[in-house]
This record gives sequence, structure tokens and C-alpha cells, in this order.
Amino acid sequence: MERVISGLGAAAGIAVGAAWPIHPLSAVARMPGSPGDERAALTDAIHVAAAAINELAAAQSGEAAEMLGFQVAMLEDEALAEGAFAAIAAGMPAHQAWAAALDAEIAGYLAADDPHFRARSSDLADIRDRVLRHLFGLGAVAIRSGDVIVAEDLQPSQFLAVDWSKGGGVALGAGSPTSHVATLARARSVPMVVGLGPSWTTLSGIVAVDGDAGRVIIAPSAATLAETEQRSAARKTAARQAEHRRLEPAVTRDGTRIAVSINVSGVEDIAGFAAESCDGIGLARTEFLAGDALDDEERQFGLYRELVRWASGRPVTIRTLDAGGDKPIAGYTVDNESNPFLGLRGIRLSLRHPDRFGVQLRALARAAAEGPVQVMLPMVTRQDEIDAAGRLLDRTLAELQAAGIAHARPQLGIMVEVPALAFAIGDIRADFLSIGSNDLTQYAAAAARDNPAVAAYADTLHPGVLGLIAHVARHGSAGGRPVSLCGDAGADPRSIPALLRAGLRSLSVPPGLVAATKEAIRAVDLSEERGHEL
Amino acid sequence: MKPESEAMTLDLKASVRLTNEVGLHARPSVKLTQSAKRFRARVEVATAAGGPWVDAKSPVKIMRVKALKGETLHFRASGADASQALDALVDLVQRKFGEE
Repeated sequence: MERVISGLGAAAGIAVGAAWPIHPLSAVARMPGSPGDERAALTDAIHVAAAAINELAAAQSGEAAEMLGFQVAMLEDEALAEGAFAAIAAGMPAHQAWAAALDAEIAGYLAADDPHFRARSSDLADIRDRVLRHLFGLGAVAIRSGDVIVAEDLQPSQFLAVDWSKGGGVALGAGSPTSHVATLARARSVPMVVGLGPSWTTLSGIVAVDGDAGRVIIAPSAATLAETEQRSAARKTAARQAEHRRLEPAVTRDGTRIAVSINVSGVEDIAGFAAESCDGIGLARTEFLAGDALDDEERQFGLYRELVRWASGRPVTIRTLDAGGDKPIAGYTVDNESNPFLGLRGIRLSLRHPDRFGVQLRALARAAAEGPVQVMLPMVTRQDEIDAAGRLLDRTLAELQAAGIAHARPQLGIMVEVPALAFAIGDIRADFLSIGSNDLTQYAAAAARDNPAVAAYADTLHPGVLGLIAHVARHGSAGGRPVSLCGDAGADPRSIPALLRAGLRSLSVPPGLVAATKEAIRAVDLSEERGHEL
Repeated sequence: MKPESEAMTLDLKASVRLTNEVGLHARPSVKLTQSAKRFRARVEVATAAGGPWVDAKSPVKIMRVKALKGETLHFRASGADASQALDALVDLVQRKFGEE
């Protein structure tokens, strides 16, 4: 009998498959035995995990099979577990010993300058968790193509460890459409429904994840399956058409050219992506610069330069550290704020740490010598914050000049996220503006991004939020000042017509959504615009 | 063949520049260890002529080296088929691990 559970659509599309429940590793425990037992348990778990991955690899081909082959080669290498076995001999339980040894190995990969090595840390995390699951008697998470992951919540690394190229979906009890894992799901076109509540545990057998309607159908009827099949086929056809025209510019039906640039979280995101298919980088996040890299000018310079070189002359917008809110950085952000989204975050924190902020500005000014860099300040509320950052930038440029280091003055612009700033935008002096629609929406609609219970209120299409965006588009673009938008709404086909009608002519979206965004823009006819005053 | 004679064999050495785009990362590391394991000889690899040397049959240890494009890989081998092992590994690196 068909049954429906409602949640929130976090990534569009529909997927039908077998429910594959993932129980969190943190929720389980085991009784350790003698060192001899523990040694045997770990040896056994490693063997079983390697066999399971081998089986998975046999069903894959090409790159996926080779990456699984890498995991097997690592598991079969005794050097991987050497440290763990030594710790077991010293009395540590097998699961702790294994986790500690693998975490140390992962830390080594994450410390690498080269993104290819850093990217492999997710393979090691996958290996670590597979073996832990066997130790805990949970069995392998051997998600087959087309399976639907059902879980309380999902880590980005767990999502990334799955090969989604042949379909599949995600249904979560908790989670939010604005979470990191939801962003990943949208970028890879993996249908996702979140906020199902405690009833996620009842999902079993064949389920249909309907990311468009925000619901999960258990034991779908033949009629539902037929309809699903049809919608799925139509989506694939549309995606193929969009992909075919990815390199062409985005022009509306009435001939208005819309710039489409990309949002990136690191150099990994541009690997294999042709710069020709976009108008540059509209948002490069720098929160990945956790730990030592915050004070490491050379490392930052190397990463920024990589983005600039990739863009080959197209503008590269790099946001200064946007820590705080839901992005804490140990030893930098403030703990135990009663409401972190309304607390010390973004530029408010940067200006309190002028030394660290100076390191980032120096690296940015050096990268600007190689191409057009736009430095973007997050969470700006007042003009004096922009002026203070500008003075710091001036000082940085003078230092670089004195030291004879190649540099150039980058453009200095801001993110428009705070409603008070948005209302005052006509009087604000900054080189460019970029609307951060996720935060602008949560502040304007008073709906926290990290609370699934109020996710439905955080609607960028609310007339009041759209009115703010239209106000910024109109009054911010005076004198030809560029105004862009870099939130999730920019890549949402349902929002794109309204955003363009509100006056925006530049959107920045995840690389995986460039083709679909351009296609959605091509369907808009601005000459049909009703003369509404917002 | 007597084990004693292997122990007596002196280290043979070879070096080659890494020219493939991604350096000695996941797939190249696996290919290198697979190739090294076909020989009985003890084979070690380093990114400097003076070491530190790591077992060329261990993907875990090779990944820890994080050798990048442009670096020179040094090999040393001992054992009956050491010379063939070095030839095979140098050839593999020169062919960019058959990836490009």
C-alpha cells in the first residue's frame, strides 16, 4: 500500500530505489576484548571491508573502479594498520586504535598543498568508516547505483563517498535545504528530501524521493512509478539539451545577456570545469583556510593564483573569511553566542583580527597582479566597515610596494546580506555588490537557516525579499556598478524569472548548475514584464 | 637461487622525473606498487638522492611521500631481478603511468 511522508525538497528531481539506511557511527558502541581478540577483530574487519570494496569495484568501470581499486590497495597494505596494531598491543580497543591511525593518515593528506592529494582524504575517511562499521557489526554501506540513502542526517564526506553517476537519492529525517550536503546534492542533481522527522526510520523497501514536491513515497504503486519514470525521462532530456549549450552565453528570449559565473569552495571545484562556459568566479569561499592556512600567506597566494590563472582574464571574486554563524573556526570564532547568525561573523570578526585579515589581503593583492581579482567583504552592515577594510588594504599595498613584491589593487566590494545595508545601498560606497540571497532571506524573513522547522519561511520569492533584491539591483547599479547574486536562489529555475524581473543581470551558481541555469534564463522573456513597482 | 647471494647484491639505482600532471597520487601510486610487486627484489623510492627511502611496494607509504609533477623520483633496488625492476619502474614513470 502506497504511503507518503512529507518533508522539504532540498534538491530537485525524482529517484526511485531501494532504501538504504545509514545509522550514525557515533550512536553505536562495542565491548572491547583482550588485545588478542581486538587484533583478530580488526584483521577480520579489514579483510571483510576489502572484499566488499572489491565486489563493488567489479560492478563499476572506468574512474570509479580505479578509485575503489585504490581503496583496496590501501586496505591490503599492512602499513596502513601498523599504528593501529601497535596501539592495540598497548591495550587500546580496536575501533579506537583504527580510527586514530586513520585520522592521523587523513590529517597528513589534508595538510598537502596539492589538491589531488587533499581530495584523497575522502577515500581514506571512507575506508576508515567501512572498517569501523564491520567492527561495530553494522555491515558495509555498499550503496549500489540507484539506492536511496535514508538517514537521520548525512555528512558531506558520506555523500561524496557515493558514486551518484548512475542515479540514487537521499531522504533525511533532519537536515535543512540550506545545509552543505543539500548544496552538494543540488550541484550533482541528486534528488534530496530533508526534514522528514522521526518517521524516516520507517522508510524501507522501494521508495520514491520526490525532491520537487518535498516528499517520499513508500511502496509506490504502478501508476506512481509510471509517472515517475516519465518525469525522470523528461528531466534527463532537458539536462542533455542544457549541457549541449553550456558553452553558449545565457541570453533571454528578448535578447538580454545575463552573466553566469560560478561559486567555488576551493580549487577542487574548478578541476575539469572549462572557464569558457562561465563568466568567471562570482564567489570563491575561503572558509577552507582553517587552521594554519589562516596565517599562511604563501599557501593562500598559491590557491588564489590558481583560481586567477584558471579564469584566464575573467573576473575572480574572492570572499574574505566568512567565519561565524554556522561556520565556526576553532580559536577564531566566538563560542557560545546565543545567536551566532546575529553575532560576530564575517567582516565583523575580520576587523577584530587585523593581523590575520592583513595576511589574507596581502595574498589577495599579490594574486591580483596576475588577473582581475575582486575582494568581497561578507556580512557588511555599515560604510565604516568597508572604509576600515579599504585602509587596511591600502596599508597592505604600501607594504608590498616597499618590499618590492608584485601586486595590484583589487576591486573592493561587498556582499549584501544585512537588510539594513540593502535599504541604504544607494549611499554605500563599494566597487561592486553581490547579494547573498541565503542570508539576506533568513534575516529579512526572520527564519534561521539551521532550523528545519522554519525552512518554509526562508523563501527568497517572498514579495518583501524580492522587493529588497529589486531595490539593491536598481539603486546599487547606479553609475554602472556591478550587482550580482550568489545565493541558492540564483540557480533555482523557479526563482530565476523573478530575479531577472527584479533587475538582476548577473548570477553566480555552483559549477554543476551552470548549464541548467543558462537554460532557465533562455526561457525567460523580459519584454513580457509587467510594470510592477516593488 | 640462494638467499645469501641476494643479500650480497649491492643496491642498484635509477632516477626519473615525474612528468604526469597529477604527480604520484592515488592511481599512479597503485600502478607503481603493482609493477614493483611483480619483482622479487626489494625496491625503494625517494624524492631525494639521499632518501628518506620508502618501500615501493607499499601504496600507503608512497602516498605519504606526496611527490608532485616536476620532482625527481629516485629508486634503489637489491635482489636478483633488481635491474629488471628498475627498468620497469622507470619506464612506467616515463610513460606517465599510461594515463595521459
